[in-house]
Amino acid sequence: MLDYITSYLSSNTTPGQAGNVFWALVYIMIVFGGVSVAVMAMNWLERKALAHFQIRLGPMRVGPHGLLQPIADAIKLLTKEDIIPAEADKFVFWIAPLIILCASFTVYIVIPFGPTHAITDLNIGILFMLGVSSLSVLGVVMAGWASNSHYPLIGALRSSAQMVSYEVAMGMAVVSAILMTSLNKTGTGTLSMIGIVQAQQSQQMWFIFKFFPLGFIAFGIFAIAMVAETNRAPFDLPEAESELTAGFHTEYSGLRWSLFMLGEYAAMIAVSSIAVTLWLGGWLRPFPNTLTGDTWDLVFSLIPGLLFLGLALIAFVGVVRMPKHPYFRIQTVGLAGFGAVLGLIGLILFIPPVRDRIQDIFWFSAKVAVFMYLYIWYRATFPRYRFDQLMKVGWKVLLPVAIGVLILTAIMGVLL
Amino acid sequence: MTDQITKDPASFVSHLELGEPDKTFLDSNELIINMGPQHPATHGVLRVILKLDGEKVLGTECVIGYLHRGVEKIAEHRTYAMFNPYVDRIDYVAAVSNGLGYCEAVEKLLNVQAPPRANYIRVILTELNRLASHQLWLGTHALDIGAMTPLFYTFRDREEILKIFEKYCGARLTTHAFRIGGCLYETYDGFEQDVKKFIDFLPPKIDEYEELLTTNRIWLERTKGVGKISASDCIALGVTGPVLRASGVKWDLRKAQPYAAYSEFDFDIPIGQSGDTYDRYLVRMEEMRQSLRIIRQAVERIPEGPIMAKVPKVMKPPVGEIYHSIEAPKGELGYFIVSDGSTQPYRIRVRPPSFVNLQALDLMVRGQLVADVIAVIGTLDIVLGEVDR
Amino acid sequence: MPEETKSPTPPGGQPHAAAPAKPAGPATIPWDSPTVARLKSQYGSGVQEAVTYLDQNYFILDASVTAEALRILRDEEQFDYCVDITATHNPTREKHFELIWILYSFSRNERIRVKTNIADGASFPSSVSIWPAANWLEREVFDMFGITFDGHPDMKRILLPDGWKGHPLRKDYGIIQQDQEWVQINLGIESGQ
Repeated sequence: MLDYITSYLSSNTTPGQAGNVFWALVYIMIVFGGVSVAVMAMNWLERKALAHFQIRLGPMRVGPHGLLQPIADAIKLLTKEDIIPAEADKFVFWIAPLIILCASFTVYIVIPFGPTHAITDLNIGILFMLGVSSLSVLGVVMAGWASNSHYPLIGALRSSAQMVSYEVAMGMAVVSAILMTSLNKTGTGTLSMIGIVQAQQSQQMWFIFKFFPLGFIAFGIFAIAMVAETNRAPFDLPEAESELTAGFHTEYSGLRWSLFMLGEYAAMIAVSSIAVTLWLGGWLRPFPNTLTGDTWDLVFSLIPGLLFLGLALIAFVGVVRMPKHPYFRIQTVGLAGFGAVLGLIGLILFIPPVRDRIQDIFWFSAKVAVFMYLYIWYRATFPRYRFDQLMKVGWKVLLPVAIGVLILTAIMGVLL
Repeated sequence: MTDQITKDPASFVSHLELGEPDKTFLDSNELIINMGPQHPATHGVLRVILKLDGEKVLGTECVIGYLHRGVEKIAEHRTYAMFNPYVDRIDYVAAVSNGLGYCEAVEKLLNVQAPPRANYIRVILTELNRLASHQLWLGTHALDIGAMTPLFYTFRDREEILKIFEKYCGARLTTHAFRIGGCLYETYDGFEQDVKKFIDFLPPKIDEYEELLTTNRIWLERTKGVGKISASDCIALGVTGPVLRASGVKWDLRKAQPYAAYSEFDFDIPIGQSGDTYDRYLVRMEEMRQSLRIIRQAVERIPEGPIMAKVPKVMKPPVGEIYHSIEAPKGELGYFIVSDGSTQPYRIRVRPPSFVNLQALDLMVRGQLVADVIAVIGTLDIVLGEVDR
Repeated sequence: MPEETKSPTPPGGQPHAAAPAKPAGPATIPWDSPTVARLKSQYGSGVQEAVTYLDQNYFILDASVTAEALRILRDEEQFDYCVDITATHNPTREKHFELIWILYSFSRNERIRVKTNIADGASFPSSVSIWPAANWLEREVFDMFGITFDGHPDMKRILLPDGWKGHPLRKDYGIIQQDQEWVQINLGIESGQ
């Protein structure tokens, strides 16, 4: 029994491949916990960053600088009254958010945080991800239908039309990236997520730079399509408040609504992970091949620790700038504690064994975090597309360009 | 579509034949949807009933009157000076302009002239108010279209104007800044410095708004070609203000029939070409810059002198009537005052620009999509206090 | 209040010893212009008065000729912009209502008023076919005064709720009067006052 558990530690495959159910479950727990924490952090970051873009402060009261705001929001949503419209189809109403949630969370099975740090490595990884994430469209339509009210239905139909349209362009862009994995000696590509990153490693170039500008354009198409796929600004007409139809989640309140939001943020992180894996080299540190050698490895490996120490420094600066009033004592102490925790994590990340193991996970997460920030930046800056313009962009602009990039990539691949 | 109602005035319809809803919305092609009266980030309580075919708007009908306060009836029971604060509340966003129009109308009726210094102060405050009104318009219009950030930028900059108002007359929004015969308050110490500081503070901010929106691809797609109205249709419908100027008619009451010292200043009137939402946006942005130009000239040349003309304490204008209109930020704001020789006006009629401009909504959104209705309501720059009085 | 008195006698008929004479305002002077000439030649006595007061010109026309005169003003005199349509109510006059059109010509930069008097209960032909701007302006006149306009496509109340009884801007509608019944039924309260 114990051997079964510890046998995984010396293997160099993912638990799924090693067939080790215990470790697979442990990884699942870690990943789901991590995603949930990430969603809460994303909620806080969105409110704070959006506020700072708009020259205001955002939540400041609930914890020091609003750090406990997501928890307060969660408690509020959990304790809200669960209202179901009288004429609604109860079973469908209940199951719609669950479908979206399951679809968004299931894709985390194949996301590679490192060469062996994935729950499993399906050899059709990317196909699995695209397929399962499409299931959320079903949940959206079910949510709109079950509400038995024509505004949510119109919003749901619009939302699903938008998601389906942009999936086509997304798929084409993904295919062109997959093509690039086959540019090796054996001429066979791979759909497995870990295999794609390893292909980038062996080809010594992140796919975003390959056949410049083709990889870049494919990345750009995917980056735009993924924003539309998750119904985020500037493609958020179906769920915007100032438009006529308030979206498919109008009739949902409390916990059910928070499940929608959880699913949306989880989907955002999932598609960002796809982008990072396919084009930005996954878990590879920057310049893995041009800046080689032990010293460079050491320098880059110090960055996680330095980053956390930097965050701790920012927290302490915030502590210093807190008002010196008795009412703020708890917040000052809280923020100082938070800064201390961050600093501790940073120091732990300097310890060599930890430092080496954490590299892959850190770089992957850092790149995904950049995408999350971009999502918030888009929301603050851009006006909203009108629905017909949104569909026009998806079908008439992104799809032809994606097909063109695919063909050109194939031609370049054959020629070179 | 252009010049549609000038060619055929009878085709201008501003109501819907609603009839009986006998089919469910899934069966029939037409859908009647109600927008409002309460909706987020819009300009007051306005109800618009839309008849849609899918996403296309077939017809609209505006239902107004939710903010009707009977201002004209109240006027008949107040003296001329007592009515002055009511006038601010008609268009509460540009209260100073309303006050200017009313005070000038009564002054004409009384046959008094406000002294030059008072006129300059009036011009400065009115142009500051035009800037504030346009900034509020820009923030809410951008918010309706989906850009959240310009709202906060414009409101932050509008704060500076409201601070000047507060220092001058004690109120930020409903200022009651002017009195019949001139201004009551002398400019405070530091007024010129504050205004000059503001004039230098604002142009980079206007550039910032333009940077966010003017060349933004999404903004262009949302506003170009949306809500077109031709010049002759504007004239036929009585639409004035930036909407008329964006359709190509170079007409501004400050130049055509100058009042209150405007004839002494040098400024341009921006016009647009195609009369769509984008042109109205550009016209208002340029108007903001021209207002800054006027303020700069005025602040440098304020004459010394009294600020209040000799007006009897008990104002009894001689029997007669007068119509006086000014170029408010939203269009031609007119006051028609009938006096019967007593201290209370016999009839005051406020000709509100937003009321007449809102009539044009139906023409501007026919054949366009639902999301454009909100953009067009925003671009007409209506204030429901003025529409309903 | 009578409209044309220039020096009201104080109540009780006792003249004050030192009562200042009411300032005689600027007099109304007759107005002469090609426009006036054209209308006078067309309608003769239909044009009751054409005066200028405080540099503002206006006609007072007979109710029967006004509809046509307005059309002539738009078509031939280029008064293409209808600024405002409003009314006043004076129960002491023979014809209670006075309808007022304020018109402006872009090409001539000139603004005039056209006034006509109609009796209580009479209706008037609508100007919607001349200036579409008149649509809501006439609805408001109907709402506030009760004057119906014939030929208006949508003659119903605009500012007040649809079932309201009474026309507020009439002089016999009290300042705190309201349609109690409507308020009770629709708002569920005793009174808005």
